Amino acid sequence: MKTCLVVDDSKVIRKVARHILETLDFTVTEACDGREALASCMASIPDVILLDWNMPVMSGMDFLRALREADVPRRPKVVFCTTENGMAYIRAAIEAGADEYVMKPFDRDTLESKLQIVGMA
Amino acid sequence: MTSRAAPAPAASQATINVLTALLEARTGQQIAAYRSWRLDTALKPLLRARKLDTLDQLVTQLLQGSDRSIGDSIVDALVNQETSFFRDAQVFEMLAEAVADAERDGRRARIWCAGCSTGQEPLSLAMQFAERRDTGGVPMPEIVATDVSDAAVARARSGRFSQFEIQRGLPVRRMIRWFDTTGSDWAAKPELLGMVAFRRMNLVSDPAPPGQFDVVLCRNVLLYLSTDTKAEVFPKIAKAMKPGGVLVMGAGETVIGQTSAFAPSKRFRGLYEMPVQE
Ligand SMILES: C[S@@+](CC[C@H](N)C(=O)[O-])C[C@H]1O[C@@H](n2cnc3c(N)ncnc32)[C@H](O)[C@@H]1O
Repeated sequence: MKTCLVVDDSKVIRKVARHILETLDFTVTEACDGREALASCMASIPDVILLDWNMPVMSGMDFLRALREADVPRRPKVVFCTTENGMAYIRAAIEAGADEYVMKPFDRDTLESKLQIVGMA
Repeated sequence: MTSRAAPAPAASQATINVLTALLEARTGQQIAAYRSWRLDTALKPLLRARKLDTLDQLVTQLLQGSDRSIGDSIVDALVNQETSFFRDAQVFEMLAEAVADAERDGRRARIWCAGCSTGQEPLSLAMQFAERRDTGGVPMPEIVATDVSDAAVARARSGRFSQFEIQRGLPVRRMIRWFDTTGSDWAAKPELLGMVAFRRMNLVSDPAPPGQFDVVLCRNVLLYLSTDTKAEVFPKIAKAMKPGGVLVMGAGETVIGQTSAFAPSKRFRGLYEMPVQE
């Protein structure tokens, strides 16, 4: 089964995302900030990471940079999932190595469509 | 008895007959009697907008004929306009090849999107071929996009999409290359919009766009038409195509058993071609 790490400080968002991802046959793990996400990746690399931008401890951007430096066996697909929907944010995310970008609020169709684009659904 | 909060009461049979006849006359589409429940759900926003309580009242207004836009609004509400960018993504890869084939003798290829809804399908093609032009210097194909719904064509021409629409099927790099943000909406850049000619056209009753096409997409449009109507529409599409041109239908659709004007393509799996006449 495909694995997805959902990184978001909102419990509600994590729950919604988990629910959708499970209907798309993903095994889901959760992290509530960048630091937890990094620890989770060191333990086991998921296929996809759904990544919030603003989080209290280590932002999505800082996590992404840290992940790039980290000694991990393979690179997961990274899909930003954030309320930051300005052009400047999107460009910065792509430059930092994000594969796709979901602007919140999202629904099942949005998420499924973006996962298909990165070859994961 | 009728209050705004209560669900709209079931319409009279006469009302249902008027609505289904209107839809069939305008689009060729049939709503089977057993699906008439859909009328209620589909027309609820229109009732609300016009401050009406029942479908009977709506039909009375329609038949009074004082407001011409009401028929258009009813048809727009009843027709399924669902679409998305790069719907059935593999189709777009095959079309890259089909278009390259058509261009072999140095001509510019021509594509017709018949039933283009709010424009995501022709704009997807425009982006794909504009990127090919930018990287390979190959000229753009001509893209003509038609739909029976005035509202759909108007929206397509505006090139504006909600945040939900823009995220369905469209890769983020293409989104920022070809669209600008305007508030919470996204607007196609004029350069992109200018690559598609949008027109209102009814596939059943209007003539096909002039000239001949190498590729016709008619996806998820004909499925609500009666067998007889389809039997008229397929030859009309075929007449608008060059010999060797390809027809694309929706993922769940086929021409098999519907027409002899097209047969499954040998070159492109899931696409159709005109049979070669001896
Ligand atoms: C479900 S959408 C499909 C849009 C697009 N082709 C796709 O597959 O994503 C069907 C469209 O066909 C249009 N349509 C229905 N009957 C038609 C007719 N008789 N002539 C032209 N367009 C028609 C509708 O207005 C609607 O926009």
